[in-house]
Amino acid sequence: MRYLPLTEQDRGMMLQRIGVESIDDLFADIPAAKRLQARLDLPKHKSEMEVERIMSGFAARNVPADSQPFFIGAGAYKHHVPASVDHLIQRSEFLTSYTPYQPEISQGTLQMLFEFQTQVANLTAMEVANASMYDGSTGCTEAVLMAHRITRRHKAVLSGALHPHYADVVVSTSHMANARVDRLPPDVSADEDILARIDADTSCVVVQTPDFFGNLRDLSAIAEKCHEHGALLIAVFTEAVSLGLVEPAGAMGADIVVGEGQSIGNGLNFGGPYVGLFATRQKYLRQMPGRLAGQTVDADNERGFVLTLSTREQHIRREKATSNICTNSGLCALAFSIHMSLLGETGLRKLAKVNHANAVKLADMLAGVKGVEVLNETFFNEFTIRVPGKAADAVEKLAGQGILAGVPVSRLLPDAGLDDLMLVASTEANTDADRRALADALKGM
Amino acid sequence: MLNNQGRPTQPEAASGETIAHKTFTGNRGLQTHEPLIFETGRNDVTGVDIDEPEEFTPRLGAMLRKATIDLPGLSEPEAMRHYVRLSQKNYAIDAGLYPLGSCTMKHNPRLNEKMARLPGLSDIHPLQPQSTVQGALALIDELANWLMEITGTHAVAMSPKAGAHGETCGMMAIKAAIEARGEGATRNVVLVPESAHGTNPATAALIGYSVRSIRADASGTVRVADVKAALGPDVAAIMLTNPNTCGLFEKDIVEIAEAVHEAGGYFYCDGANLNAIMGKVRPGDLGIDAMHINLHKTFSTPHGGGGPGAGPVVLSQALAPFAPVPFVAKDEGGHSLIEHAEGSQSFGRMTAFHGQMGMFVRALTYMLSHGGDGLRQASEDAVLSANYIRACLKDIMSGPFVEQPCMHEVVFDDAWLKGTGVTTLDFAKAMIDEGYHPMTMYFPLVVHGAMLIEPTESESLASLDLFIMTLRDMAFRARRGEAERFTQAPYFAPMRRLDETRAARQPVLRWTKPETVQVEAVAAE
Repeated sequence: MRYLPLTEQDRGMMLQRIGVESIDDLFADIPAAKRLQARLDLPKHKSEMEVERIMSGFAARNVPADSQPFFIGAGAYKHHVPASVDHLIQRSEFLTSYTPYQPEISQGTLQMLFEFQTQVANLTAMEVANASMYDGSTGCTEAVLMAHRITRRHKAVLSGALHPHYADVVVSTSHMANARVDRLPPDVSADEDILARIDADTSCVVVQTPDFFGNLRDLSAIAEKCHEHGALLIAVFTEAVSLGLVEPAGAMGADIVVGEGQSIGNGLNFGGPYVGLFATRQKYLRQMPGRLAGQTVDADNERGFVLTLSTREQHIRREKATSNICTNSGLCALAFSIHMSLLGETGLRKLAKVNHANAVKLADMLAGVKGVEVLNETFFNEFTIRVPGKAADAVEKLAGQGILAGVPVSRLLPDAGLDDLMLVASTEANTDADRRALADALKGM
Repeated sequence: MLNNQGRPTQPEAASGETIAHKTFTGNRGLQTHEPLIFETGRNDVTGVDIDEPEEFTPRLGAMLRKATIDLPGLSEPEAMRHYVRLSQKNYAIDAGLYPLGSCTMKHNPRLNEKMARLPGLSDIHPLQPQSTVQGALALIDELANWLMEITGTHAVAMSPKAGAHGETCGMMAIKAAIEARGEGATRNVVLVPESAHGTNPATAALIGYSVRSIRADASGTVRVADVKAALGPDVAAIMLTNPNTCGLFEKDIVEIAEAVHEAGGYFYCDGANLNAIMGKVRPGDLGIDAMHINLHKTFSTPHGGGGPGAGPVVLSQALAPFAPVPFVAKDEGGHSLIEHAEGSQSFGRMTAFHGQMGMFVRALTYMLSHGGDGLRQASEDAVLSANYIRACLKDIMSGPFVEQPCMHEVVFDDAWLKGTGVTTLDFAKAMIDEGYHPMTMYFPLVVHGAMLIEPTESESLASLDLFIMTLRDMAFRARRGEAERFTQAPYFAPMRRLDETRAARQPVLRWTKPETVQVEAVAAE
């Protein structure tokens, strides 16, 4: 077994040193009647080559995004990741280290997290950011719980254009945490009256921009009304690249900004691992969940970094902790941070502009297809179209023709009566030929 | 001796003391000071070539971002150097023994990484038509089958993103089951032993339960009598780690499970320490109802400096109906994903999409590599190595719970350091000077000055012996009065001890332009 260094002779010698006869003597505390008598019903160990063959077999039964014209988004986006990013995150010292609890020998991770926090704070135009959450959806739920702690109220108002999975996670967790949720019905055209839902019981309002249907939202009025009523505004984004072009929620009065960082540095990976970005105002710092890297000095007065404010965390506070989160998304945060460093402000703005330009081109093209209607007035790199018949059928049919066309809204909102709607995204990864292929295929439907 | 270019090939014989002079750069050989990207990067530099798009009419309404974002850019060579230099300041499993108890820092096979990067597994979108991801769904199903066989359970919720998230999932399934019985209002207490991971009480509190603490007795395990005394009609569940955080197998576990079930509660098992028992005993056979599995511990998906992890939760038949969406179903037509809870007893959803696929690929690769036989051998070697360390150190370092064998980790206390002026923290920091990552310190809380050592199955005998000899030498020196060697340690790490109090009292959590910092400092005074 290539991963196990001990030999039979070593094992015998060690048992002797311990003073027991056999390895089973070390498992003597397991109740005898419950010890596994038979072998596990699992195959025997395999060579690298055999394992590769099996895993490649699974891989071969999937259609990779790169292999076809690809327009799927809805919370996870196909972007190009520079080769150096994946090389760097595979450095042993990043890949195979633990949470930086011993700062003297973890400065690499800690400094990177400090840089990441600053990048996220600047990107969202907020004051402080944490060292990452699992992903956008769980970060969103943590933001709601944080708002409850701050306001000592227990009702969250969710926009009808919040990503339905995010809303589902908030609803499931809130039910368990004995908190209330006022979830607005699906809002395709950004005209819901969310202001009317804010009252003295409201802890927070959760609004996404660009929203699930692609619309850009001005959050200023919502922020104002929230603050009048002592509630917090939680702004969500699922496409981090949009922040290179679109006004950030921090500039519109949001109290907590939370979003999915997958688009920068991280691949699609069938839904995970991703990286949740979480930022807030300085005054709410001590109610923020998750790990934080902070600057300090060592005994020689040299600048260094440590995990800090851990008195908020579960390993110190136990049942009084701000969250039970322990592991975060360190390596994905690293990938995000490296990619963002490579882009810089210039690169990010350009990347965002190309995304928007490509989506505008696609929208114009699809608007010219008979029977297809583009519903958005504003959008970043994703928008909603109405197609003749069921969008789910269209997507399936187009997949059969070698085009991964988009996401039928009914996949996430099955009972909303929106069966003819489809979300379509176009990033820098699409070519004119890709877009033409989609438009032509839709013409033929 | 000189070579033929006149270049010395042997150092001059060192004379006396090493010179500790300051260098111009402040660097010391390979140990370098690395500035922040905000100090070296420039907003107008980029390491990614992107063509400016042709003229077009934006569709942003009034939402164009105008103000500077302030994100410095680095060219690719600058980025490579920055992150490589940062990486060199980190300890890692690949560099040495990482005896961090409770964390299972085992070798991370590189085949895992290679498989996770197959385009057919990495470059697929979670919302692609299911007909285009049949291999992904089959892979998740296969991993689920391995997890159920290893644990002897009947169902598994794959979507939780990490251990604590898995705990939340398992406890939410329990709460949903209790509500379905109509006892939601009356059962609101969760029993948690004092020795538990901090995540356990935090999880219970998160979903609205109050925590009733159970003491660990002098033997380090939970007694069935104490559990029985704490049980009542208000108890929803017990959360118990087994093997527990003291590195011991909970001998009374079957009786505890029976007592909890008899009282109408459920048994949540923290599976953080599954690495000790694979192929030896199956938690499902012991009567557990739910248990999360840290794929980043037991199944070697890397820790990555603090994640991402993955925390699938295995469930008993009683809890299976309450599992969250999504889950994979299989029929003659292939695999499908059930994504909506309506019309079922499922408690809902834990996360967007379907879980940590990238981690699933790595975990299954690890399992296939080991096979059933290799997994059992891994557990045996992990337990053997921990007991070997205990046997070789017990005469010089004191530890509790010596009556029973330890499992995959061994805990020492600090009684043996009494009077030396050296604390557990000092001892741990001095290990850094010896080239080791310290063990887990001051955990579990029930052991005074605890030092929790988990060698895992990845160490050779020579590596274990060197570790043991190092600790013996250190212990000897601490007892002999060489306190300074410890109290000021580390001397040879990239940094000396860091001021954590200052970091917490005056939090600086992001870079700001130097002039702004000065203004704030003045204001603070």
